[in-house]
Amino acid sequence: MADRGFTVTRLPGFTTIALLVFAALYAPIAMLVVYSFNAGDSIATYDGFSMRWYQRAWENDHVKDATVRSLVIATTAALIATAAATMAALATTRKKPFRGQTAVYVAINQPLMVPEIVTAVALLIFFAAIKVTTGYQGLGYLILAHTAFCIPFAYLPIRARLEGMDLTLETAAADLYATPWRTFRYVTLPLLAPGIVAGMMLAFVTSLDDVVITLFVKSAGQDTLPTYLLGQIRRQVTGEVNAISTVLLCLTVVLLTTFFLLTRKKS
Amino acid sequence: MSEAEARRDAAEVRRSWLLSTPALVLLAVGAIGPLFIMLVYSFLTPGKYGNVEWIFSLDAWRGILFTRDIFDETLKLADAHLTIFWRSVKLSFLTTVFTFIVGFPTAWFIATRSPRWRGMWLFLITIPFWTNLLIRTFAINQIIRTEGLLNTVLLKLGIIASPLNLLYTDTAVFIGMTYVYLPLMVLPLYAAIDRFDTRLLEAGYDLYASRLAVLRRIVFPIVKPGIIAGSILVFIPSLGAYVTPRILGGGRNMMIGNFIELQFGQGRNWPLGASLSVMLLIIVTAALLIYVKFANREGGHG
Repeated sequence: MADRGFTVTRLPGFTTIALLVFAALYAPIAMLVVYSFNAGDSIATYDGFSMRWYQRAWENDHVKDATVRSLVIATTAALIATAAATMAALATTRKKPFRGQTAVYVAINQPLMVPEIVTAVALLIFFAAIKVTTGYQGLGYLILAHTAFCIPFAYLPIRARLEGMDLTLETAAADLYATPWRTFRYVTLPLLAPGIVAGMMLAFVTSLDDVVITLFVKSAGQDTLPTYLLGQIRRQVTGEVNAISTVLLCLTVVLLTTFFLLTRKKS
Repeated sequence: MSEAEARRDAAEVRRSWLLSTPALVLLAVGAIGPLFIMLVYSFLTPGKYGNVEWIFSLDAWRGILFTRDIFDETLKLADAHLTIFWRSVKLSFLTTVFTFIVGFPTAWFIATRSPRWRGMWLFLITIPFWTNLLIRTFAINQIIRTEGLLNTVLLKLGIIASPLNLLYTDTAVFIGMTYVYLPLMVLPLYAAIDRFDTRLLEAGYDLYASRLAVLRRIVFPIVKPGIIAGSILVFIPSLGAYVTPRILGGGRNMMIGNFIELQFGQGRNWPLGASLSVMLLIIVTAALLIYVKFANREGGHG
């Protein structure tokens, strides 16, 4: 009964739905970007190309402060989280499983499982107590919180890289009387490097995009770019929000593309 | 095992723990430990200006479902709370179902592309997944607001006479959550369909099964782990959603996440906020355990 052109994997309507889904996923983001270049004030009618919203965002001191703060937090958190995650990944892969290894694994992935709002509330309570006792109000709280939830994002690509790595090279190094440290430094680490960079980028993006935990942990006047945006969205909508969003989007897409190129399996 | 080997093993285990320590300490202080402090706070009394008084009380746990009448001190069901819980569960459920309805064909489409293009389509699904949730929600906000693009276009085309008031409704939250969580459904579905042996389809068609029968009797049962994974991955963040209901639901269409935040702001009831958070955590953990159990059982069959 199967006539010519009958493909078993084709199901009626599926391609149409899929293409509509892709269009629906990208259209709103595309509109957001287009209207960041709008010369007019409206978010629905396009009055010609202009960079004025970008200029306004650039000249806005709040935006400048928030950008610097976001970058400082994301860089610090990503660096610390990646260092900790690399060590943890070395401890939990390619060795005989040790007692408690599952517990370590669960602990590392915990931030992925607990709803952000729950962690945010717990941190608010904990840090409020510390703020009262020590009087310290600085960025340390945000950096600590970001580092913690960035760890699984840094850990997963590093672990994946380690699991796919060839053990024979290290054995060869050991056979040639390399000390464990030299083996690590000259064989393991260079091979692991793409995984580490990928993990760091994922951690950086995750920190840069965080809203909920930052919102609950930050002290007064410690807006990051996302929490600043959230405050603006509540007030009024101007193209300035679109301009900032577009810049953030571009940064994310560039980092993600690099991430994919780094972790792509060699054919 | 010789004594030397045993000693080497012990040293190796010690080194593993030592290497894991920095990550574990950071997580203990910055994520896991505070959860236990939160649990303690849920058994305390709210302070007048926020924070807590160190007096033991079960009020916060009772307060999840009941309120005390201001006049005669009797307990009665807190309707406002129930409305919020019901909205959270309803919207999360609808989001899960709808992301499956549109996500399954999408995953199927990606999995049936030639290997050359599959990576590209997969990348296109992954990009929105990693881009800022706030920005994506805001994009939806801009489109559906009264003076937004959707209304402008519909008005110009004469399809509607007056602008639709979509923003700050449950529908808006539903649209937004479907939009932001869709990749979480597509990715595990894709992983399951990708492993699916298409020869089974040929067998089904050879035995004169209709397309619907093939889908229902062959495809769905085999990719069930993917369906369950996707559903849980969408349901959990939906239930704990904060940003999307805040931007698209406004102040009146709260979900649990916003209700929790309220306790730390105007509500000035930190213990209630803590007990609600613990409750949410228990529900989510239960869902994850069911998933893990199911995934292991499925895995056992190979």
